[in-house]
Amino acid sequence: MAGLPEKDLVDTGGISGMIAPRPFVIRRIERDTADTFTLRLKSGSDRNGLHFEPGQFNMLYVFGVGEVPLSISGDPAKPQFLVHTTRVVGPVTGALHRLKTGDMVGIRGPFGKGWPVDEAEGNDIVVIAGGIGLAPLRPALYHLLAHRKKYGRIVLLYGARTPADILYRRELEKWRARFDLEVEVTVDRGDESWWGNVGVVTTLVPRSPFDPLNAVALICGPEVMMRFAVMALRKKGMNIDDIYVSMERNMKCGVGLCGHCQFGPKFVCKNGPVFSYETLKNLFNKREI
Amino acid sequence: MTNKARRSLHEPAVISTAQLAQFFAGLSESGYRIIGPTVRDDVIILDEIAGPTDLPVGWTDRQDAAAYHLERMPNSALFGYVVGPQSWKKYLYPPRLELWQAARNKRAFELKQKQPEPPKLAFVGVRPCELAAIEILDRVLTGGEFSDEYYRRQRENTFIIAVNCTEPGGTCFCASMGTGPRARHGYDIVLTEVVDDSGHRLLVDTGSEAGLSAMSKLTAERASNEIQSRADELLSRAAGRMGRSLDTADLRELLYRNIENVYWDRVGKRCLTCANCTLVCPTCFCFATEDTTDLEAHRARRERRWDSCFTMDFSYIHGGSVRPSAKSRYRQWLTHKLAAWHDQFGSSGCVGCGRCITWCPVGIDITEEVCAIREHDPAQATVTEESNI
Repeated sequence: MAGLPEKDLVDTGGISGMIAPRPFVIRRIERDTADTFTLRLKSGSDRNGLHFEPGQFNMLYVFGVGEVPLSISGDPAKPQFLVHTTRVVGPVTGALHRLKTGDMVGIRGPFGKGWPVDEAEGNDIVVIAGGIGLAPLRPALYHLLAHRKKYGRIVLLYGARTPADILYRRELEKWRARFDLEVEVTVDRGDESWWGNVGVVTTLVPRSPFDPLNAVALICGPEVMMRFAVMALRKKGMNIDDIYVSMERNMKCGVGLCGHCQFGPKFVCKNGPVFSYETLKNLFNKREI
Repeated sequence: MTNKARRSLHEPAVISTAQLAQFFAGLSESGYRIIGPTVRDDVIILDEIAGPTDLPVGWTDRQDAAAYHLERMPNSALFGYVVGPQSWKKYLYPPRLELWQAARNKRAFELKQKQPEPPKLAFVGVRPCELAAIEILDRVLTGGEFSDEYYRRQRENTFIIAVNCTEPGGTCFCASMGTGPRARHGYDIVLTEVVDDSGHRLLVDTGSEAGLSAMSKLTAERASNEIQSRADELLSRAAGRMGRSLDTADLRELLYRNIENVYWDRVGKRCLTCANCTLVCPTCFCFATEDTTDLEAHRARRERRWDSCFTMDFSYIHGGSVRPSAKSRYRQWLTHKLAAWHDQFGSSGCVGCGRCITWCPVGIDITEEVCAIREHDPAQATVTEESNI
């Protein structure tokens, strides 16, 4: 598997090579919003870091507390730094939040199939993110911008709950200043400081300047948001096999053995987390799958 | 030692129960622990046994939906019953297994492995449905990109003495699933027990080199045509006496196109989501991991344990469970077992052992549920949408 040099595998005899977290040290912590933070980690054992594809995830272990799957949100061209952004939602992310620079976490991964950034070359790209769904898409954006000439128009549509919840705000403002990238941000609820769009992210789709017949859409956010985003893109004329979504399910192993992440016949951890909408269409709009 | 002709694979022989004891002793001498069915608390369970006398001699089991009891048989058959609540996954895929330990050193920690070498086990009385279940687990746990090393090593350390089923149980439907009542492969040796006026005999067939070499320690008689045709007759009669049946035609597509069938609500009202069906199922493989520490938080460990898609925790992601209703969890289990399994692992996940029917406390019967979905299939006449999930 990409990014896992053989010498780093600690085979404890259970699930070969993939069951033992490897040591990473927290080098920097950024408090992005009130409940969201970004960890910049460095491998304790491998100077080359962790090679990954945009959209892949790791299992993060906090000593004695537990393990959670988190998408990688750093730059795939800079694997020496492993970057994860998360929100405090449970015991493990809560414990992660309490860690300090210099503390160690365990990493297993990278796992799963990422965004189709290579297959999408030559097309317009429309990236649609809701809330913290921007984190798994950021590596794809880094890749797209690093290989800017290979793509047509690139559009980023981002929705957050309130202006204070906007993730990677400085980076978004920087990107918004570029001439080769369209960035539109909207919030569900504005405040006195907000002069931008108000409304759900899907309202940005109709007037977005991409060619629906020659575009690839990358979507990540709450399932309900992704559902409406797909509808808006379909309405604009996009083909379903050009639409990609990143799914989230409970995960324990990351390698398709524990059974937890099943979505119909798919294991989100190994067949995903990024799926072509085409492959999920019969289940995506059904409840409690 | 008499000069014995070397047998070849699948050359049937006949042994007595005394010779079976000798055979077990031979395996013990080779370092195998003998694991087989035995009566405990009025139930036939799997445990270490010393010899054939520890088997449920002269017992049979009566099974129906939510019903199980043992009865005396008129003879002293060793294998006159079918499967109990436990399956061989108990040994191949232990309910709890430590994956690693970690020790903390200031702000860092170090992982240590303490993995036991899987013991040499001889399984006695593995039924054809269970052989099929083991083959399924082989594909699930070792057939993909990542494999379960403990399982793989335990499988290598396992000798299998299968037993063909001449007395199918009340909840059995292996004939429908194509897994029994006769074992076709996956064993080292297979026995067919014949108890009649001619005596108490065990017809033996070898299925592997290990089986052949273990058998070579016995002076077994060559099987006569008489006992072979008697065994054939018992087995073909057994195939026609299954307590349950399941129509598998078009089953995967049937279930995929009925994800939203209102019938699931009805079974959802009866299901207690107790997880019994998944724990007794010989192919259910889901596990959870548990991370724990000592009180000082100096040492930590991770264990995996069997888990079940019937619990709320199973599908929990921040904010709640993906499948809060009993209906959705039953649907997940049944649809995974009988439909998604084909996509994932190339076969059904059900072998027709009937355990989930017997051990469901409210008697939900997988074969009846499939029938009900079939009867309530709105697309039965005209399939409108191609099921292509």
